[in-house]
Order: sequence, then structure tokens, then C-alpha cells
Amino acid sequence: MRQDPLALLPELFLLGGAVATLLTGSFLPRHRQWAARLVAVAALLAAAVATALAFRRDGRSGGTAETVFGAFVLDTPTSATRLVVIASLLLVIGLGVEELAGQVRESETYALLLLGGLGAVVLAATDDLLVLAVGFLLSSVPLYALVGMSRAAGAAEAALKTYLLGALSGIFLLLGATVLYGIAGSTAYPELGAGLAGAPAAAVAVGAVGVLAGLLFKAGGVPLHFWVPDATQGAGTAAAAFLTTVPKVGALVAAVRLVDVLPDSLPWPLLLGVLAAATMTLGNLAALAQTDARRLLGWSTVSQVGYLLMPVAVVGAGAGAVPALLTYLAGYAVTNLTAFAVLAARPGARSLADFRGLGRRHPALATALVVGLLSLVGTPPTAVFIGKLTVFTAAWDGGLAWLVVIAAVNTVVSLFYYLRWLVEAFRPGDGGNGDPSAPWATGAAVAGAVGVLAVGLGAGAVTALAGG
Amino acid sequence: MLSLIIFLPLAVAAVLAVVPVPDRVARWSWIGATVADLALVVWLCAAYESPAGSGLAFEQQVRWIPTVDSSYHVGVDGLSLPLLALTAVVFAACAVYGLREQHRPRALVALFLALQTTCLGLFAAQDLILFFVFFDLSIVGMYAAIAGWGTGRNAGRSALQFFLYTFLGSLALLLGFIGLFLAADPHTFDIPTLVAAAPLADAPVAGGFVLAALLVGLAIKTPTVPFHTWLPPAHTDASAIGSAVLAAVLLKMGTYGFVRIAMPVLPDAWQAAAWVVIAVGILSALYGALVALAQTDVKRMIAYTSINHMGYVVLAVGAAGLAGSGTAARELAVTGAVTQMVSHGLTTGALFLLAGVLHDRTGSYAMRDFGGLARTGPVFAGLFGVAAFASLGIPAFSGFVAEFQVFAGSVGATAWAAIALPGILITAALFLRAVQLMLAGAPGGRSIGFTDVRAVEVVPVVTLLALSLAIGVAPWPLLDLIAPAAEAVVGLVSR
Repeated sequence: MRQDPLALLPELFLLGGAVATLLTGSFLPRHRQWAARLVAVAALLAAAVATALAFRRDGRSGGTAETVFGAFVLDTPTSATRLVVIASLLLVIGLGVEELAGQVRESETYALLLLGGLGAVVLAATDDLLVLAVGFLLSSVPLYALVGMSRAAGAAEAALKTYLLGALSGIFLLLGATVLYGIAGSTAYPELGAGLAGAPAAAVAVGAVGVLAGLLFKAGGVPLHFWVPDATQGAGTAAAAFLTTVPKVGALVAAVRLVDVLPDSLPWPLLLGVLAAATMTLGNLAALAQTDARRLLGWSTVSQVGYLLMPVAVVGAGAGAVPALLTYLAGYAVTNLTAFAVLAARPGARSLADFRGLGRRHPALATALVVGLLSLVGTPPTAVFIGKLTVFTAAWDGGLAWLVVIAAVNTVVSLFYYLRWLVEAFRPGDGGNGDPSAPWATGAAVAGAVGVLAVGLGAGAVTALAGG
Repeated sequence: MLSLIIFLPLAVAAVLAVVPVPDRVARWSWIGATVADLALVVWLCAAYESPAGSGLAFEQQVRWIPTVDSSYHVGVDGLSLPLLALTAVVFAACAVYGLREQHRPRALVALFLALQTTCLGLFAAQDLILFFVFFDLSIVGMYAAIAGWGTGRNAGRSALQFFLYTFLGSLALLLGFIGLFLAADPHTFDIPTLVAAAPLADAPVAGGFVLAALLVGLAIKTPTVPFHTWLPPAHTDASAIGSAVLAAVLLKMGTYGFVRIAMPVLPDAWQAAAWVVIAVGILSALYGALVALAQTDVKRMIAYTSINHMGYVVLAVGAAGLAGSGTAARELAVTGAVTQMVSHGLTTGALFLLAGVLHDRTGSYAMRDFGGLARTGPVFAGLFGVAAFASLGIPAFSGFVAEFQVFAGSVGATAWAAIALPGILITAALFLRAVQLMLAGAPGGRSIGFTDVRAVEVVPVVTLLALSLAIGVAPWPLLDLIAPAAEAVVGLVSR
């Protein structure tokens, strides 16, 4: 067994960065907290370089997976998750500069963001149920704090809701892990797959459903999605951007690893397909009625998880599922953060009507919003279009053609509410006019929009990376 | 060279979107860009030599998404080159007509130039994903054109309906494309490769489903009955140039998809579905004509005649799938179908621009508001009369050449096609009625004080009608271009 700490260099940078950020922040007066931000960004950049080097090493070794410390897989999904999480955290910090600068808990927020990101990477990279449980806690605890840190009216309620649902899901996850360990005699996935092969279907079902419930909570999928819209609306914009992006990445990659080793004694593709259909449909239908931009985006992320669950459902059926999931995740992350960056640049705009006149007064922001929302719809040549294309193809190839049809219909439904927002943005008006200019958030929005188009147009490179 | 033609308008649009040039400069750079693009297309036509079989000219292929074997693959043949030329002509005409546009001209110019790129790209695309990219972007562009510059009171609502309806169609199309991709071995989105492989030839059920998805997607865009309900409100509420582009170019994307993708890639399924397609074509032709006859709003009337004219195209491509009947007749039908696409683009484009003149002067499209326009606006009346006759298929104009071939070919393939013939008669009646109501008699209603057409309105309309006349008088250059490609398509669909 390889025990090389250097293989986990990106994770070490995230952990060390979080500690260093916290320490830096503790010794600085409030108006000099920007130094803590610099420390966090430096740690993220170092982690990004380490990830890129690891990617190159993967390329040389022919893309074969390698396990270190008996629980941590180094393969394409891990590398891709690291990259997406790190890039997302950089965007989150960028879009949050105006919101967080000078706040009481600025450095703590950065530290929590880094720890939450680390938790997501651990979730995604592990192939052991015990480490999965640790990753779950590591990514959940910062989440509760981030939601509750806002002073806004709904924040306390949202934090409590998130915490209660998270605690419940955590218990499910531990229970499921215990049952699976009891049946298979091991918590490591390779032995788990062998041990579950001949086991009673009912027991396997209880265990797997328990673990999946924990992951569904993190991903924000039906039926454990209730915290997502409340938390998105109640938390600060940076925290909302984080919690709708980073935990999903970790949880979905973790789910795909787990589903891959489950025995076929139960029709997992069908069960997960139904979950995916329910998630996307419920998220879309709920989003239709929203008038608050944050809540609308919250429900929209629920519906996006529905599409993201499609490749998870068919992971056993074809080689295309995992690359499709990674491609969609990368596209979704940059797109979702672009939309949130627009929100961060107009903190006073809460309802959709508050965005009136955006097209006239802030053409750059309006363009970023158009690119972001059209990408969430899945219009080519944007990032989510490539994701949808690969995901639809993988799901159809895996025998879930009916799910692809449902997803296509849902895509049309989603057009309603995204367009409603766009129409408001290009109507004359002066909603949210009192907001000060927010160069960092605007910059993040523009950078995100460029990223959305780059992922869409450079799809060849993205899918090649995702394919290992 | 082909890529330059496709992306030249987009490049100019990008510059105009970013650089805040004066409105005047924006308008003239629109004309400059479209005329330059048109000149390039003319050069392309001059340099074009029919490739052998189902080959392509000016082909270009660049790696894009190799993991799903999708590439930037463009090329032209006898099916796409006439439509590329039509696109360049119609957009240049709109640029001239748009010289008097007062409402945010810079944004309008950028939008229409970007829209032009999507249309040119679609007709040149030889890859399903590339085709889909341009297909979807054209919907987004047209939505913005209707919602942002529409003249009707319900422009936002009509634009939304247009977007949702055609977006639904595009997703059906995407499902069909994914089906084709998965059926091909090795998986590919490349159209020529798929045509050569003809996947799903031995799978009638799967082939039927994939074709159904493609047919729904393309039928919504065309549009055919019963998927046409988005078209009349979209036209009523769009601006004159928006309507002209929508009718003249965007509708052709649907019918072009039939001859480019559905027929050659799924020959067996197409043959099996031929009678359905023929029935839909006949129904669209007759229903479109009858509903047009009942309209009191001149723009809605023109919109419904589009459904009628597109019905002939659908009828012809359906008849081409009747493998048992004579090859010559079916080739004639396909040639007629492509000619009809070009012809309809020219005449309907002219009609919509003229309808825009009416609205510009009086704010009304209602036929009963006018009368005796021949006295107060003689040039307008003359142009409208010529355009109406050209559209109803009078000999010497392109419509006659097209519809004659469509019917000669279709009836040659199946006598049932003759059921659609009364459509021509009804169209003639409704155009004559419109001419009579609006142009003849003593001036009354809003005709009094009508300002006749100005030079910027005459030039584009006369250009479009002159081209229609040229095709009607000397159709052979166009037919020589289309016929080899039509022959290839019929050969492919008869496999």
C-alpha cells in the first residue's frame, strides 16, 4: 500500500490554508482582514498547481487508479473534483469580496470555505465508508456555520433547518455504513463489492439507501432537498454560492463511486432514475412560482441535481457515465457561480423585478446573466449544454431513454423561469439602483461567463480531461 | 473561405456590441458587412463545381469534441448553397431596409449580424452538434429580435411562445441526434459518416422513434400543421425585418433538415413514414391556405401562406420517400422542394417588408383599414401587387418554377399528391382579394395621406422580387445547382 503524503498535496494545502487563514485573521484588526483573504487565495492557487501536476502524473501513468493510505483513490474523478472545487472556491471568494470585506467574521468565513471544500474533495476521493462518513462531517459542519453566519432574517431558521436535516442524514449515512460493513465485513469498496455480491437484497438495500440518503442531502436531491432553497435565500450570497456548488460536486462523485460497487440484486438504475426524475421535476415546478431571485436559483440547483443524478444511475452500464458526470459538474459549477456572482454584484436586488434596467445600466453584468442563465437552460454553445449532451447520451446508452425524454421536457419547463428573470433584466426600470458598484463581484461574473463559454467551446479539451 | 462567410457577420457583431459607435456608423457597417458577405457568397457560387455523388465542396473539418466524434465540419453542396445565397441576400435586404431604424440601432445591428452567422452556419454545418448549436442559437437570436424590437402589443408574449415552442422542437431534435449517435458504430455525430453508414437501417422500431423525434423537431420549426400555432403571433408581433428573416430564412431550417439529415440518414424509416409526411404536407398546404383566406390582418395572412408554401415542400420530400415509384419524378420533387425554399424566401421576404411599410405609416395591418392605395401610394401598390402575384405562383416568377416541379414530381410519384392542388387556387384567391381590398377602389380609411415607399424600402423589395423574376425567367442556373444534389438525396433515401 502506498503511503505517500505528497500524493495528497492539494488536500494538505487546503487544510493548511484553512488553519493559516484562521491564524492570520486572529492577529489582524478588522480593516486588515484582507491579508487573510490573500492567504486563502494563495493556498488555493498552490493546491491548484499541485492538482495540475497530479493530472500530468496521471497522464504519464496511463490514467490507472492508485489508492493511497488504503482509502484515497487517485484517479480522474478525484483530480477533476479537486480542480472543480478549487476553481469554485476561487470564484466564491472573488464574488464575495465586497460582501465579506470588513465583516466581523471575514477570516473565519474563508477558513470555513476551505474546510468545506476539503470535505467535498474527501467525499469524492475516498473509497472507504468510514472515510466517507468523516468527509460527510467535514463538509457538513462548515456548511451549517456558513449558513448561520449571515445576519439576515431567515439565516437562523435556514441554519437550523440545514442542521437538523443534516444531522438526520448523517445518522442515516452512519447507519447505512454500519449495515453494509456488517454484511460485507469490510468498509473498503473493492471488498465491499465482493462481499455484497451474494448478500440478501433487503439488507443491501437498507445499507445502500442509508448511505445514499446522506449523499443526497449533500447534493440537495429529492427527498432531502428541503434545506436548499431556504439556505440559499437566507444565507449570504457567497455562502449560498458555495453551498449550491461545492458540496454537490463531492457528494455526486461519492455517489457514483458507491453505486458502481453495488450488486445488481436490486434495480439501482431504475431507482436512481426515478429519484433523478423526481428531483428535476420537483425542482423545476417549484422554481416556476418563485419571485425571489435567490430562492429561484436555489430551486434551480435542485433541478440541476436531477440531471446530475442521471449518469449516477447508469454508472454500471457504460463507460460514458463518469466522464459525463464530471463534464456536467464542471459546467454546472462555473455556470451556477456566474449566476450567483451577478447576485453578489447587486446585493440590494432580491426579487426578479429588482433587476429591471440591468441591461441598460450594467451591460457587462446583464451579459454575464444572459450567458449564465442560458447555460443553465442548456443552450449551446455553453458549458451546461455540453454537460447535458454527454449526460443524455450516457443515460440513453445505459438504457434509460425514458429518463432522457423526461429530462428534455424538464429542460423546456426550466426555460420559463430562467427567461422570466432575463426579461426583467432587459425591461426598463431602476430596481436596485442604490447599490454601490461592486467591481470584484462584477469581475467574477464576467470571468464566470467567459469560463462558461470556454468550457462550451473548448468542450473537446474538457471531455478529454474528464475521460482520463 | 466558407468559415469566413459564416463568421464575418459575427465578428462585426462582436465589435459593434463592444464599441459604442454612433448609430449612423452602426447602420452603415451593417450594410457593409452584409454586402461583403453577399459578395463572398456570390464568389462561392461562381467557384462552385458540383462534387461527385453526395460529396461536398469547400469542405473544412477541425477537431472540436473528439470524445463524441463531433467536429467543426462545414461544407456546401447543391442543397445548402442556394440557401446560403438566400440567407446572404435576405439579410443584406434587411440591412438596407433597417437604415431608418431608430430604436437602439447598434444593438439591433449586432443582433441581426449574429443571427446571420447562425443561419449561415446551420446551412453549412455537416455535423449534428454543430447543426444543433446554430439551430438553438437562431432561436435565441430570434427571440431577442421579437421581444426587443417587436411592433405588436403582445411582443413579449409572442416571443416567449415562439421560444418555448421551437425550443421544445430543438430538444426533440437533440434526442433524435443522440439516438443517431448511439446507433452508429462507431458512435459519431458527423453527418456524411452517418449518411454513409445509415444506422438503424435494420431496426425499424428504433429507427421509427428516432425519425419521429427528428420529424417533430423539424416540423415545429418548418412549421407544419399541427405544430404551426406559434407562427402567426410571432409574425404579427415581430418587426418587419424580424418577420422577413423569420419567414425567409429561419423556416427553411426545418425543411432543410429533412433533406440534409432525416432523409439520407434514415432511408428505411423515411420510406416507412413517407405517407405520413405526404399527409402532413397536404394538410398544411390546404389548411394554411384556407386559414389565410379567412384572415383580415395582412401580416397574419402572409404568415399563413407561409404554412401553405412550406406544406408543398413537405409534400415533395414525403413523395420522394415513395421508393416504389419512378426515380425521375422523385428527383423532380426534391428539386422543386429546394427551389420552393428559395422562392418562398424571396417573395415572402418582400411581402413582409412591404407589410412593414404599412405599419410604419399607419400603425395598422388590418386590410379593411386600407383601400385605394394604388392612388395614394402607387409605387407601394405596384410592388405589393407584383409580390402578391409572385407569391401565388404566377408564371415568370420563381414560385411557378418551384410549385410546378413540386407537383409534377409529387403527382408523378403518387396521384394522391393532387389533393393539395386546390391550395394554389385558394392562395390565388386570397392574394387577389387582398390586392382588391387594399389597393383598388377609391382611397379611404388610412390610405388617405399615405406616404409612398422611400428609396431604402424600394431597393430591398425590388432586389428580392427581381431575383424571383430572374429565377422564374431563367431557372436553369439554380436548377443545375440543385439537380445533382436532389439526385443524390433520392438515391440515398431509396437505399
